[in-house]
Amino acid sequence: MSAGQDWTTRTAAELADALAAGEVTSVELTQAHLDRIAAVDGSAIEGVHAFLHVDAEGALAAARASDERRAAGSPATFLDGVPIAVKDVLTTEGMPTTCGSRILEGWVPPYDATVVARLRAAGLPILGKTNMDEFAMGSSTEHSAYGPTRNPWDLERVPGGSGGGSAAAVAAYEAPLALGTDTGGSIRQPGAVTGTVGVKPTYGGVSRYGLVAMANSLDQVGPVTRTVLDAALLHELVGGHDPRDSTSVDQPLPDLVGAARKGATGDLSGLRVGVVTELQGEGYQAGVQARFTESLDLLVAAGAEVVEVSCPQFVHALAAYYVLMPSEASSNLAKFDAMRYGLRVLPEGVPDPSAEEVMRATRDAGFGDEVKRRIILGTYALSSGYYDAYYGQAQKVRTLISRDFEAAFAQVDVLVSPTSPTTAFRLGEKLDDPLAMYLNDLATIPANLAGVPGISVPAGLAEEDGLPVGFQVLAPALADDRLYRVGAALEAALHARWGGPLTPPELPAGLDRREGASA
Amino acid sequence: MSAATTTLVPFEDVLATYDPALGLEVHVELNSATKMFCGCPTEFGADPNTQVCPTCLGLPGAMPAVNRKAVESAIRIGLALNCEIAEWCRFARKNYFYPDMPKNFQTSQYDEPIAFEGWMDVTVPTEDGEVETYRVEIERAHMEEDTGKSLHVGTSGRIHGADYSLVDYNRAGIPLIEIVTKPIVGAGARAPEVAKAYVAQLRDLIVALGVSDARMDQGSIRADVNLSLAPKGSGVLGTRTETKNVNSLRSVERAVRHEMQRHAAILGGGGSILQETRHWHEDTGVTTSGREKSDAEDYRYFPEPDLVPVAPSREWVEELRGTLPENPTQRRARLQAEWGYSDLEMRDTVGAGALTLVEETIAAGTSPAAARKWWLSELARRANDAGVELPALGVTPTQVAAVQALVEGGSINDKLARQVFDGLIAGEGTPEEVVEKRGLAIVSDEGALSEAVDDAIAANPDVAAKIRDGKVAAAGALIGAVMKQMRGQADAGRVRELILEKLGS
Ligand SMILES: [Zn+2]
Repeated sequence: MSAGQDWTTRTAAELADALAAGEVTSVELTQAHLDRIAAVDGSAIEGVHAFLHVDAEGALAAARASDERRAAGSPATFLDGVPIAVKDVLTTEGMPTTCGSRILEGWVPPYDATVVARLRAAGLPILGKTNMDEFAMGSSTEHSAYGPTRNPWDLERVPGGSGGGSAAAVAAYEAPLALGTDTGGSIRQPGAVTGTVGVKPTYGGVSRYGLVAMANSLDQVGPVTRTVLDAALLHELVGGHDPRDSTSVDQPLPDLVGAARKGATGDLSGLRVGVVTELQGEGYQAGVQARFTESLDLLVAAGAEVVEVSCPQFVHALAAYYVLMPSEASSNLAKFDAMRYGLRVLPEGVPDPSAEEVMRATRDAGFGDEVKRRIILGTYALSSGYYDAYYGQAQKVRTLISRDFEAAFAQVDVLVSPTSPTTAFRLGEKLDDPLAMYLNDLATIPANLAGVPGISVPAGLAEEDGLPVGFQVLAPALADDRLYRVGAALEAALHARWGGPLTPPELPAGLDRREGASA
Repeated sequence: MSAATTTLVPFEDVLATYDPALGLEVHVELNSATKMFCGCPTEFGADPNTQVCPTCLGLPGAMPAVNRKAVESAIRIGLALNCEIAEWCRFARKNYFYPDMPKNFQTSQYDEPIAFEGWMDVTVPTEDGEVETYRVEIERAHMEEDTGKSLHVGTSGRIHGADYSLVDYNRAGIPLIEIVTKPIVGAGARAPEVAKAYVAQLRDLIVALGVSDARMDQGSIRADVNLSLAPKGSGVLGTRTETKNVNSLRSVERAVRHEMQRHAAILGGGGSILQETRHWHEDTGVTTSGREKSDAEDYRYFPEPDLVPVAPSREWVEELRGTLPENPTQRRARLQAEWGYSDLEMRDTVGAGALTLVEETIAAGTSPAAARKWWLSELARRANDAGVELPALGVTPTQVAAVQALVEGGSINDKLARQVFDGLIAGEGTPEEVVEKRGLAIVSDEGALSEAVDDAIAANPDVAAKIRDGKVAAAGALIGAVMKQMRGQADAGRVRELILEKLGS
């Protein structure tokens, strides 16, 4: 293939080096990725369909500005000029932000999310906005109102969710970097099933200002990349305190890039690793379990001490999560009422509709079934008379889960598990079975409930279906550097075994790119 | 029931059968420079929707951040109301749909208010000139954000029947403190006055704290009046109504009175009170039914996850306690001791609303006795005649002090001083200018005075003879005659001296 294809397969760190060495310009890199998107992304009808909106003009303008800075000898940051994709749940000034929902179709925010502002200030051209389950509610990206994203490893399969668009874009070489958000696993689970790296930082580690909230007390913005080092580079760029988000931690980030480089040397001696008893076994696919065990062996070979640790309350995590998350979501989504922005639907057969009737008609037409399901769940759980039994009880479970983590981290430095119980399932396979869908997040949810950071690292392919498997590492709050050290060490050991990173099969090019087609 | 609501029960009859219980919820709009959760300015009167940002417009993704100044004001209000200040409290979401509320939830406080369990002593003057004190228990004072303002365009001016509605979000997010009383029982016939006095005193306190413009007419203080009736002596609480839009002190009193009479009419007719919101109509002096509410409505409160708890340090709270203005009771005791007033004199001064005026007059150099004399006799009478409050009369403490200085310097006497006040009220300038323009200065020309004394002696030979015989007390009649001839512009003491001199007594 062309030189363009060549650039798109490089890591962000390699691209940054090439830019610094003058081997390539940001305009060339950005154009190469735009070409790749044009070739493989397609639409809701065929192709990866990772993007809901591509901003070629804006990205190239940013790339030109980056090249000018570099020519003047003053690049803004190490990643200045390396393009990136952004999940459509983060506000972007002048660029549509739909959250995968009809109700926000055509809405162009007047302001940038803090993380987006930081990307722009750092000089990263923004390629576009990536597909997602509507308002981040789902584990397959099939709940996007604009049609599903397809897994680059097998276009008949889902890329996970809710951030399937960001993960698929990075896996399909449409972008070297992407931002995702993780409320119950929406970065890590898509990472696992698309063979990419996904990090959910410590709660409060990255600003949520401009992240259209699903569940404010659980949401975190994080990096989606192909290597652990790239994730560390991006994490350092967007992380750190933001006065606009009072839940953001007001202290410097640990040295994440340093930890990734240290981990890549392959030495984990002295590290204590806990395997969570409750996050394996029944319900976990054999091939997933096998790859997990193989990775554990590699950690031991790198000098780590591996023990089994029990977190007995984790079995209640899913239930607590499905009370707390919809409760917060039901309130967050109340603002979509057709009064100020977004979709407005007038009720049929009502000659002089009241504001209330317009709100009702708009919300009925604008929200998908999964969103309505969660609004109803949350409204019920918060209702007087039920609050203590549901919301109150779930908060108690949350505290118990935090205590499980505290007790575990008193014994070990990091906890590990398979990221997702299974590899990517087929499109439509679980769409009509919400509970089966929810089970995908079994292993990722505890970290959100406790606010601790987690990473998913590609751990190879399951033997039975040849699809990617993810290895999850969890660390104590604010110790995100441990994720990078362990993740980079595992990645180095696996790459040595495989002779380099695993790559998905060639994708078909020259696709139908009609917009608005529904799957 | 509708028929019963139209025929009110006479007020005295209400009290014969029922005990009223009051509850007041007062919203105070803080005068902080910026809004509760964003940096937008709070100035009143800007063009619609010019003081807004993603946060106070509730745009997707925007987040709140607490205004520390507003928390400070909330704590100072709490302390001034003798409340406990929470060591740790959270904001909560109050969920309901309304177009003037950008997020369709209001960020408020629910079961963890910043201040709680306080009191305020409210004084109400009685008919015999005494003062009665009611202790109003404060349940809580909490922080919240204001909503936007809806303008319903159309003939009705209300949401029903409007052609369309406009919303101004400039007010959305302005910090509010809501102060809620416990039920006020035992006020009986004085319930309407106690309600008014509470709001008035609360307003004065807010002014003294400097935390709000405290303008009821602009809505920076808004009162909701809860009222219920219970059978006399039963000691229970009846079903209440909550009357909104009560935006003047006079209306507070009237609304309580009206609701008492209306409740009594319904209860007396065998009906029961519907727990509901009612709207106060200033023009007609009646309330009408609003939406059914409150306990029927489920706001689905839960802690605001976008904000960290507010945990004011005890050091900060004590520091703020040090910034409180003196409370009214302490202040009165201090001033009475300083001025040497009797209890009665002090009570009259407070009752006339002259405490601050007297204080400022004394500060301008006048003796406490003189300050009291002018304000409570001369000026209070004029205010009463004019039907205005003393401060609105148009005479300042500085002017009163200047008038008294002229009296003490011998330029004028008390009688002339009254004419100076006429001039001051008529806007004729400073006291000195009034004296000058009206030619009120005492004549100190001995020749003219001597002549006038001679005239008076000649005109009153009988009186003169008595004085010559040593009946000095009779001199008063001659002094009066001289003063009359001098049109009051003479020093009465000097006149007496001259008379006694001339009659060799
Ligand atoms: Zn604002």
